Amino acid sequence: MTPHPAATGMRGDLTESAVRRPQVASRRPRHPRPGGESAAAWGMLAPTLLLLGLLAVYPLLYALYLSMTTAQVGAPGRFVGLENFLRLPHTAIFALTLWNTVLYTVSAVAVKLALGLVLAFVLAQRAPGMKWIRGAVLVPWVAPISLSVLAWTWMFDSTFSVFNWALMHLHLISGPIGWLGTPRLARFAVVLVNVWSGLPFFGITFLAGLVTIPQELYEAATVDGVGALGRVRRITLPLLRPVIATVVLFSVVMTSSDFATIFVLTHGGPMNTTQVLSTLAFRLGLATGDLGNGAAISLYLFPALLLATTVQARLMRRTWQW
Amino acid sequence: MVRSPARRALTAYLTAAPFVVFALFPFAWMLVTSLKKNNELYDLSQNPFLIRAGITWEHYQYLFAQSAFPLWLRNSIIVAVVSTGASVVLALLAAYALARLRFRYAEGVSTFVFVIYLLPTTLLFLPLARLVSELHIANTLWSLIVTYPAFMTPFITWMLTAYLNSIPRDLEESALVDGCTRLAALRRIVLPLARPGIITATLFGFTLAWGEFIYALTFISTTTLKTVTAGVVVDLIRGDVFYWGSLMAGALVASLPVVILFSLFLDHYVSGLTAGAVKG
Repeated sequence: MTPHPAATGMRGDLTESAVRRPQVASRRPRHPRPGGESAAAWGMLAPTLLLLGLLAVYPLLYALYLSMTTAQVGAPGRFVGLENFLRLPHTAIFALTLWNTVLYTVSAVAVKLALGLVLAFVLAQRAPGMKWIRGAVLVPWVAPISLSVLAWTWMFDSTFSVFNWALMHLHLISGPIGWLGTPRLARFAVVLVNVWSGLPFFGITFLAGLVTIPQELYEAATVDGVGALGRVRRITLPLLRPVIATVVLFSVVMTSSDFATIFVLTHGGPMNTTQVLSTLAFRLGLATGDLGNGAAISLYLFPALLLATTVQARLMRRTWQW
Repeated sequence: MVRSPARRALTAYLTAAPFVVFALFPFAWMLVTSLKKNNELYDLSQNPFLIRAGITWEHYQYLFAQSAFPLWLRNSIIVAVVSTGASVVLALLAAYALARLRFRYAEGVSTFVFVIYLLPTTLLFLPLARLVSELHIANTLWSLIVTYPAFMTPFITWMLTAYLNSIPRDLEESALVDGCTRLAALRRIVLPLARPGIITATLFGFTLAWGEFIYALTFISTTTLKTVTAGVVVDLIRGDVFYWGSLMAGALVASLPVVILFSLFLDHYVSGLTAGAVKG
């Protein structure tokens, strides 16, 4: 197989490209070219821009419009301005949902970050067959999420849970636990499953960052008598910071908007204790047909998205000189 | 502290083992469940890790002979292949323009593509559901074939722009000087050079399309038109509650295509992921 330049050039470009976006052509000094470049560029970009305009920008604006109406499925409704947005936080179910989303996102991202760093160190070790170990830990990220969550649903089954069987035979619990029927355990379960599917991305991206750190830095520190933990704290973590920031921001966006994990595992239950913005928007907007409130609920994700995008854009500029 | 290679390898395996078990256990569980006879599967006195009463193919038989599962697989293949193909072509053109051509607002377009790439599908499914019904493609495979490229193209453009930037432009420039048109240069020189990048982007695109859930769940309601992700989760339920054998068989079979692709092109996946163009 032809090696991907990114793989062969792992030491050099990789982390840089992991933390900053691809350079656009206009930045580079170049040879003079035959004319018509601008026309050619727009011609080549037109199909993509048209597609994104119609199927991303327009729906987003449409969601904004819907969120300011009382639209139901099959009825256009009337314009109510920001009323939906202002009323929602006063309803108990939405307040709970918003809190659940924050809790879910913060705890899942924190665990993925911590375990992801450990995983990167583990995968950075040299041993025969390490390539296949890296491949194996990536499988949860490749497989269709809704289907693997189905397996977790079965493993957490109220009667036939394999975890209950194991815990009972280890005499850690005396009777079966209703994993998905108990609010605290259900919250634990959805976070666990999200960590399971998101961890590979953290581990592998951090690994790419790890291998770009020059070995000499560690050697010099060792000569100076810095211990292993000190080397991690004073060399690895600071140099890995741009990669960590990027991955965490991506993950905040992805985790706060996660739908499949919760929809399949708990449907938002028990008693809405695992309900998140995306599942509530689905329930109201589709099952109930309340498009106005459904759109408003999903748009509550927007601040998180905006924040992540802005910070990300800044980081990309800043990391030029690290 | 000097350690022998053997001890180093042993440490590596031992520390990696918990992560490998954590990652693969659900798939092993799918396999065990799908091969077990119902009376053993739902017998609480049995050790769930073992298959004592012999393996059975009845869950797979049900899946392929009595359920709509083969249709879901077919639908998933059609949707994933067509939407990935379209996205790669669109993205390749866009990436070429962004990586190679000088024009005003190049920076702006690149930022725009990036922002759209961050836009989660859970933010768009409601208005898109309306849009596809206005376009009269609701409840058809077209609703997915048309909407999937909207989240795939930005990300493939991103990957390919980074890739094209890493390819030297000398060959292309001399072709252009020799009077080659830009599209001809793209086809004859850039395409062959960018092949590894295009393969990686195609794999990621296919994986995304194959695993997509919320649009598939929202836009299609007819059982026979569902893709495998929505079909197995929503429609593979019989009258009684004891359907886990065929559910797990379905989850396993539907995961296989991407897992097989993944193991065949492991290097492409890992390099693509580490090139940082992917969200997870």
